[in-house]
Amino acid sequence: MAMAGEKGRGRYLVLAVPYLWLVALFLAPFLIVFKISLSQDAIAQPPYTPLLDLSDGWAGFTDYLSQLSFDNYAYVLDFSNEFIQAYGSSLIIASISTVLLLLVGYPIAYGMARAPRSMQPTLLMLVILPFWTSFLIRVYAWIGILSPEGLLNQGLMALGIINEPLELLNTDIAVYIGIVYSYLPFMVLPLYSALEKLDLTLLEAAADLGCPPTKAFWTITFPLSLPGVAAGALLCFIPAVGEFVIPDLLGGSNTLMIGKSLWTEFTVNRSWTVSSAVAVLLLLVLVVPIVIYQNVQQRELEAGK
Amino acid sequence: MRKGLTWFNVTSIALGFAFLYIPILILVIYSFNASRLVTVWAGFSTQWYWALLENDQLIDAAWVTLRIAFFSSLVATVLGTMAALALTRYGRFWGRSLFSGMIYAPLVMPEVITGLSLLLLFVAVNFDRGFWTVLLAHITFTMCFVAVVVQSRLVTFDRALEEAALDLGCPPFKTFFTITLPLILPAVVSGFMLAFTLSLDDLVIASFTTGPGATTLPMRIYSQVRLGVTPEINAVCTILIAIVTVVVIVASIVTKRAENLRQAEERAALQG
Repeated sequence: MAMAGEKGRGRYLVLAVPYLWLVALFLAPFLIVFKISLSQDAIAQPPYTPLLDLSDGWAGFTDYLSQLSFDNYAYVLDFSNEFIQAYGSSLIIASISTVLLLLVGYPIAYGMARAPRSMQPTLLMLVILPFWTSFLIRVYAWIGILSPEGLLNQGLMALGIINEPLELLNTDIAVYIGIVYSYLPFMVLPLYSALEKLDLTLLEAAADLGCPPTKAFWTITFPLSLPGVAAGALLCFIPAVGEFVIPDLLGGSNTLMIGKSLWTEFTVNRSWTVSSAVAVLLLLVLVVPIVIYQNVQQRELEAGK
Repeated sequence: MRKGLTWFNVTSIALGFAFLYIPILILVIYSFNASRLVTVWAGFSTQWYWALLENDQLIDAAWVTLRIAFFSSLVATVLGTMAALALTRYGRFWGRSLFSGMIYAPLVMPEVITGLSLLLLFVAVNFDRGFWTVLLAHITFTMCFVAVVVQSRLVTFDRALEEAALDLGCPPFKTFFTITLPLILPAVVSGFMLAFTLSLDDLVIASFTTGPGATTLPMRIYSQVRLGVTPEINAVCTILIAIVTVVVIVASIVTKRAENLRQAEERAALQG
């Protein structure tokens, strides 16, 4: 099975089964989303029209094409419907969160890479462990901490730092905390694997030649860790743009994020066609970062060969 | 720059781990609170755990979730391992970039998009939504994670062992199961565990693709969390955290031991 130079049915099967599975359950659904985004809502099952009816032959097909419309896109792109604002604010929130994640994650990854070899597996495990526990639980944990009568406010008031509880829950600050907290392992792991590979003799050489440690960091360590920075940043940025759970549970009613808008459009307004158009446009926004991410991943794996 | 830790390194690791663990610790502590108010400590009690036993909805949801997680991660592990083999061993083939694209894209794809698109597929082909649709959805997005984990092991794999077996006339199928699989097993196992926890954890994709009678635990927790923080939810979360922690630690000890054993055997084989 699957050995090089072996010609047999097994070889094709190993490729064909996952290939066809992904075509049927990953690629085909996108085409359906695209198709429905060009349809109109209808009170029927399924709740959109037109339906492609091939029994009418070519006439049925052209008839179907003529009924397709870009109305949903016009609706989504209409400034007064707040979808544009949601795309914009999702991109801003995701960008700021990614920068915060880098600022928080880099020192941790750096410290881990400098730790004694024998300690590193344990440290690595401690970073991964929270990732294994439910995402929902980790977001939930912050509700109790950030609420007006929550532990953070209680603590700050007991210390006399503040007199009145801070408004933290249901604000954008809570969304940033939630994203940084939940995505931190995704940032630390690629950074760590890049920093761990770093050749320390380069730094010794720099020190011997009189280069101060800060300068050595910016001219040697940081540039060499850039693949890790890129991988970590993309791994956090892309899903954060479409994040739904965090803005829904920690954000306020005026926290606009496109994942939440899509969810609301689908579950509350029950418009399948508009939510499909939102999804198609979100995908268009993310296509460039996703392609870059794939190239980074591919290169990383080829390098490991 | 010295080798070893500076005070700056130690502080950043300590603060980082405090940030990661304190919220979870607080959640666990307050699951043992006697008061219904989650912010006021009123003494130790296990009453919320006993209350869970009478919550049939929650137990049903947990059972559904576990079944979906187990079966989906099993299938995802097989499919993901096949995909990883194809990606690392087949060189160029028709549609390779499409295939690798379909493997990497789901890793970062926003869940709302995956969920919506799968739902629309199931509606388009008139597939009744419920247990099976969630299962299919979970296999699809978790197999890509398995593929990436297994692939990263396969690229560092010594092909000479396989080639030796093949040269000696061992059929490819048998070679895979006697040589390749045992060597990549740690990666396959961690792929399975990753798929299992991702499935256990998923709220968004399951919410889109589910139907009557198949409410998963995250969906139950989510609908209760929206109503506010309650000690019962803390208790459920604590149980889940405990299970995951024990499984992850045991698995890492087992794979480490297997790895050590393998290395010792290899050394012995080289000497003998």
